[in-house]
Amino acid sequence: MFIEFFFKLREHGLKVSLTELMDLLRALEQQVVFASIEDFYVLARMTLVKDESQYDRFDRAFAEYFEGVNEVDIAASIPQEWLERSLQRHLSVEDKAKLKALGGLDELLKQFRERLAEQQKRHAGGNKWIGTGGTSPFGAYGYHPEGIRIGQDGSNARRAVKVWDKREFKDLDSDEELNNRTIKLALRKLRRFARTGAATELDLAETIRATGKQGMLDLRWQPERHNAIKVIILFDVGGSMDDYIYECQQLFQAVRSEFKHLEFYYFHNCVYEGVWKNNQRRWQEQIPLQEVLHTYGSDYKLILVGDATMGPYEIAYPGGSVEHWNEEPGQVWMERLLRQYPKAVWINPQPQERWRYYPSIRMMADLMDQRMFPFSLEGLSQAIDRLL
Amino acid sequence: MARQAAGFQSTESYIVSPELALAVNAAVTLEKPLLIKGEPGTGKTKLAEELAAALDTDLLRWHIKSTTKAQQGLYEYDAVSRLRDSQLGSERVHDIANYIKPGKLWQAFTADKRPVLLIDEIDKADIEFPNDLLHELDQMEFYVYETGEQIKATHRPIVIITSNNEKELPDAFLRRCFFHYIRFPDAQTLKQIVSVHFPNLQPKLLNAALEVFFDLRDVPHLKKKPSTSELLDWLKLLLVEDIGPEQLQSNQAHGGLMPMFGALLKNEQDVELIEKLAFMSRRQSK
Repeated sequence: MFIEFFFKLREHGLKVSLTELMDLLRALEQQVVFASIEDFYVLARMTLVKDESQYDRFDRAFAEYFEGVNEVDIAASIPQEWLERSLQRHLSVEDKAKLKALGGLDELLKQFRERLAEQQKRHAGGNKWIGTGGTSPFGAYGYHPEGIRIGQDGSNARRAVKVWDKREFKDLDSDEELNNRTIKLALRKLRRFARTGAATELDLAETIRATGKQGMLDLRWQPERHNAIKVIILFDVGGSMDDYIYECQQLFQAVRSEFKHLEFYYFHNCVYEGVWKNNQRRWQEQIPLQEVLHTYGSDYKLILVGDATMGPYEIAYPGGSVEHWNEEPGQVWMERLLRQYPKAVWINPQPQERWRYYPSIRMMADLMDQRMFPFSLEGLSQAIDRLL
Repeated sequence: MARQAAGFQSTESYIVSPELALAVNAAVTLEKPLLIKGEPGTGKTKLAEELAAALDTDLLRWHIKSTTKAQQGLYEYDAVSRLRDSQLGSERVHDIANYIKPGKLWQAFTADKRPVLLIDEIDKADIEFPNDLLHELDQMEFYVYETGEQIKATHRPIVIITSNNEKELPDAFLRRCFFHYIRFPDAQTLKQIVSVHFPNLQPKLLNAALEVFFDLRDVPHLKKKPSTSELLDWLKLLLVEDIGPEQLQSNQAHGGLMPMFGALLKNEQDVELIEKLAFMSRRQSK
């Protein structure tokens, strides 16, 4: 019973086990639910899925098994926050000025929602409706100075009926964008507790042992436990990294609160002889990379965050940097870094499927010994596993 | 098998969604622990209280802290007081059972009536904590090494476990639980919840307050979105201070900060953000 359903779930990457299937069958036998597909949906979900980030996969599998429908109600699936955030990130100063002339962000969003409601069918081309390839302010693959870009698969508004078809847990799926909290969760794996500092805690086991040996009470103390992991993090800023400012901020906040021993520096595109701590005063306050290498021992773990998207000469040749004359190629500096910090990873916010189009990403990944990971929850956990 | 709670439903003081009711009933019937996750303030802990009240049985709470060990839930052996007694020459010292203190699980296993055991905020504990409880929660029995006793549950207690998702729980543990994620209630359900807590609230004030509340939850980049329990606190303050719906609406229309905002916003950056938004909308309306 439900064997096929079970395999359908596994096909969708849900790690359901036999015990859980048995639980579901037992629940059905006990008639916890009776002749209602919606109740069955809830029951199956609570017995088989143990993480809300997997709910969306379950919804898709469920829909596929029962009806083969997996369209989404687009109006319900685009949150306001998402629209606003991506808009603000995509707009340049001039765009913003033009936008103001047209009534501001709120007006645009209002129009967008109105039009979404008007539009019933799929639409491509043209200049009013939401669709693909047109000059309307709304849609994918098009251009309009104050346009809203919607995900390429969301161009079609459709009435959805069933709970699982709405896919309301979509943004909880772990392949989706990261937020501060999920990053923190991932970083927690990077914990190695050690006892250092003043002895302030009662060491019960040692006290009992010492007391037993001596025949009278002998209190023993020990230092408190702290996270002993030390981290250096280098952020690529400016240029192509502007698209990922939001993600980087989130990562930065998360690492700051997690590690006691944290050093961070900025670089541009590739690491050269100088890094800096303050982006406003980056030319005045450059810190020689040699100094960093000498200050922090090799027990530090190195995390580089950057899209590694640049000209190959920026890595391979002296003078290749786009901003200044570098005596030695970036490659040499990268090798020095990696020699000092053998535990190192590169986190790349560029979507992984695009990596192969950039030779510089391949070069950098080779330099890193393939320790380059995408900036997703999955990628972050893999990266952290390599750091340990 | 006793299907004693097959009808756990919304009570006079607690509103459950049909999904949650189904989850609770399934867990009670199949004698499996139920793991509840959800935003803080959506009534995860309250659920256990209400369930115990509905079944007319005892509620045993085990609040988990970062220092809690699994062993403390079973029993604790007070070696230090035995040591002291031995130096003072007390008679009690000869029976080790005098120094074994039963923990919450022990109490739950030996209760006369099938109790509800709440393991609150399990994610606060050490990463290994859930693994240490696998066998105890599955078989509902454990062994006391000091006395050689085997403690076995007379009735399998109803176990409710809550988590705020601060740590991922191990797979082996999750396989043994049922799982339900409490979603934030929609406006309709929230109205029900509020009217349960404040039966005499004017509908006009309630509508105005809910509008403000949902608008506030929709503001992007809030560090901490206000939740149900914060809404209830806020309404209480509005009632005490006798603030009418007109005042709420006029504040809203003029872009002012809502009265008693301290109950809803718990972070100074959030207050600042809302103030800024309010200032901007005030300037626009001029």
